[in-house]
Amino acid sequence: MPTADLANLSDKLMLSTVVLYIVALVAYAADLGFGRRREPAAAVRTEAKVLVGAGGPDETVTETAAASGPAEEDDRRRIDWARLAVVLNVLGWASHLGVILTRGLAAHRWPWGNMYEFLTAIAFAAVTAFLIVLARYRARFLGAFVMFAAVIALGVANIWLYDSVGPVTPALNSYWIAIHVTAAIIATGSFTVAGAATALYLLKSRREAAGPVPEDSVWARVPGVDALDRLALRVTTFAFPIWTAAIVMGAIWADEAWGRYWGWDPKETWSFVTWIAYAAFLHARATAGWKGRKAAVLSLVAFACLIFNFFGVNYMFSGLHSYA
Amino acid sequence: MADTDTEREKAATADAGKAGTAGAATSGNAATETSAASDKVEAAATAAPAGRTAADEGPRPRGLGPVGWLRWAWRQLTTMRTALILLFLVALGAIPSSFLPQRAQAPEKVALYFKQHAALAPWLDRFSLFDVFAAPWFVAIYVLLFVSLAGCVLPRLVKHFRAMRAQPPAAPRNLARLPQSATFETTRTPDEVLAEARALLRKRRFRVADGPGSVASEKGYAGELGNLLFHLALLGLLFSLGVGNLFGYRGDVLLREGSSFGNTLAQYDQFKPGRAFSTDELAPFSITLDDFQAKYELKGAKRGQATDFHAEITYRDTPTSAPKRYNLRVNHPLKVGGSKVYLLGHGYAPQFTVRDAKGQIAFRGAVPFLPQNPRTLQSEGVIKVPDAQPDQLAFYGILWPTATATPDGKQIVSEFPAALRPVVSIVGFKGDLGLDNGNAQSVYRLEGLGKTLNPIKRGEKLMEPGETFKLPDGSGSISFDGMKEWTSLSVNHDPGRLPALVAAVLAILGVIASFTVRRRRVWVRAGSAGDGRTVVHVGGLTLGNPTPEFDDVVAALRGTPADSAGAEPEKPAEPEKPAEPEESAEPDAPVSEDAGTPADDGPAKAAPTGDKSEQSGAETPTSAADDPADKE
Repeated sequence: MPTADLANLSDKLMLSTVVLYIVALVAYAADLGFGRRREPAAAVRTEAKVLVGAGGPDETVTETAAASGPAEEDDRRRIDWARLAVVLNVLGWASHLGVILTRGLAAHRWPWGNMYEFLTAIAFAAVTAFLIVLARYRARFLGAFVMFAAVIALGVANIWLYDSVGPVTPALNSYWIAIHVTAAIIATGSFTVAGAATALYLLKSRREAAGPVPEDSVWARVPGVDALDRLALRVTTFAFPIWTAAIVMGAIWADEAWGRYWGWDPKETWSFVTWIAYAAFLHARATAGWKGRKAAVLSLVAFACLIFNFFGVNYMFSGLHSYA
Repeated sequence: MADTDTEREKAATADAGKAGTAGAATSGNAATETSAASDKVEAAATAAPAGRTAADEGPRPRGLGPVGWLRWAWRQLTTMRTALILLFLVALGAIPSSFLPQRAQAPEKVALYFKQHAALAPWLDRFSLFDVFAAPWFVAIYVLLFVSLAGCVLPRLVKHFRAMRAQPPAAPRNLARLPQSATFETTRTPDEVLAEARALLRKRRFRVADGPGSVASEKGYAGELGNLLFHLALLGLLFSLGVGNLFGYRGDVLLREGSSFGNTLAQYDQFKPGRAFSTDELAPFSITLDDFQAKYELKGAKRGQATDFHAEITYRDTPTSAPKRYNLRVNHPLKVGGSKVYLLGHGYAPQFTVRDAKGQIAFRGAVPFLPQNPRTLQSEGVIKVPDAQPDQLAFYGILWPTATATPDGKQIVSEFPAALRPVVSIVGFKGDLGLDNGNAQSVYRLEGLGKTLNPIKRGEKLMEPGETFKLPDGSGSISFDGMKEWTSLSVNHDPGRLPALVAAVLAILGVIASFTVRRRRVWVRAGSAGDGRTVVHVGGLTLGNPTPEFDDVVAALRGTPADSAGAEPEKPAEPEKPAEPEESAEPDAPVSEDAGTPADDGPAKAAPTGDKSEQSGAETPTSAADDPADKE
């Protein structure tokens, strides 16, 4: 396929990705708002014996074999929100993957050479990280938040950062772009999921402090603070070494391209600040008196540094990382 | 993924006494704790016994004497909380460097800032905000941080090495109370079971010790080791940075095509030596730029964007060694004489010949012009001709590598960075260049304009290569002979480079080990059940998230295949087994709905008791095991 067609296809797929994500966002939100409530243990027990796996691992759906009239009908309708959300999410993810692949093929290079591509890839990493968390820890409650972040990111990428397919500056012409930038993308995507879990943790802990949570409220569908806290920590401990590696590999690349491995370029400074902030979070998490809300706030501060490192540094300062 | 490594770290640090005081202050509101901590920072910073300590800091030292106070200050400095505050301060302190120009990176921008903010700049400078990373306060923060780090890590290292050599702790009395436990009966004798357990655990690389009727074992030391390695590697990284800053150097030089450069101080346009630098460190290599090539995108929206630069150079390691050729490109520096040479920038150096009023050649050569616009390489430069007689001459020039007129025909622009149709606009000046007064001058700027150096009337001309322009007042002529290119090279010698790389790699390996390897203990006790059978109790304790290894160990001891799905060694009483352990998990139950409930339940794969939250995968029991592990 000619380059122009591929580039065109990439842009079209981007549109479908955004649409799919928006609908998935709505479905996740609906699931959170009107999804099935936790059933009494007895009901679940009978149900558990007749489990039917449907679809992929992401979308296991339970159905009661014993049809029991309107209750079952009701149940089905509610379940569908969740199923719809996950299916749309996976479709959107596939389309998103297509965006990146076609873009890379059109440009004949790694498709993260400018800010548009970089942000698109970060959104992809965040959605991927979420799907993994969804499959492993069944953290569907995060769906609406991650979809929201992804839609915002893709929106920003398309409205303000869009750039047509083209070659990269010679400085970016290195195999390190495959390593350093990929690591940064994976870490940023994962930190985004951790950030969503942490934000939810803070909201939930606030809600719990305010009084008992009614059975049918949205909050009842969000897991307990401990689970949120652990999920956030888990994802952060996954992302932190990758972020560390991204910085180190960036330093190695800087040593090849610019003649020094560390020069306090604004991007380097803020990567360092972000790293320190996450390190502080990990230490706080292990320190009595800091565990819990204070550590969570630190985690959000670190995430804010990460976001600033992306937007602020590239658009406020002129540095060596200005590839906009 | 180990989620609770930091927990383990906490446990370990608590062991080492670092978190001792931090841990003591478990209650109290956030504000007082924070202020107390910052008080401690001050105390530590001045190394003086601080009079201000928060009440919740535990027993206040009284009448301790100087040594006691010092010991107290040291303990404060090495607490996790002080380290946290210092980490936070390092991050905070680094931030101004991105908002304010820094002397180390861009001294010219600092000068500009001083001009633009005449009132503010001196104040900022007083706080070293233009040299943040060399500022006394920043150095104080990171030195304190690293002292705190060393004060925490080194004792932990000693303790960990002792732990690695010590016998695994003896079996607790009631193994069933441990987060992971299993009981089964067998027909083998207790001795047989224990011997088997010993062999099995050894095979699994546990360290094994015998107790009365029991076997104790432990493994997973790499986690704490990784943690320590990570922190020590950071110390190594700081040390490497210091070495580089002390003994390294960095110099920039601009080379025109055809010209050469020898690695001596005098030849550099800019040179930044390390503090302990001596000229002996300048390896005697030399470089000649033969040819520079730039490639640009020819069509499409990105027309004019550079796609490749490369400089053909010839270099010699020493003045007497044989010349070697190298294709110097971005991302492909030349390694020579213990230094690295980088291709940093490029531009055009139009060639001119200037004749003075007597018709004698007063200047001939290529003059580097500085690009004003990276996309079109429109450049400007000056030609200084001090040898012209009777008046010194100077020219200011603008170069358009591919000159075209704007649509309205009024202006010339460069529409492409390659030199497809170079045009230079020349403005002539005569008078005194001011070079004799001893002040250094920029070669890119004319000094004394309008004072000692005055424009020549109608001395402006657009020139194409090959053209000659006779100055109308008869003071000489200038010929635009052709185009050459220049490159700027950066030479960098940094003896800390390799140690820094090693330290950084070790830090990554360390942090990965510390997040993935968990220290775990397994105890096996075997005793007679009375009826000729043997009761075997197995208990497991993991610092952090329990691993499925325990189940494998139990399964192997029992004699059942280790990987039999749904083996529930610790819950033999519950026959109920999930049909599809993974798939069956209730999708609506998110990450273990409630971490607290199953505290009484066994760890590892939870038995499907029917409770929805129990089925949500291996997640739930984790929390149950977390706390005991912490308190360990």
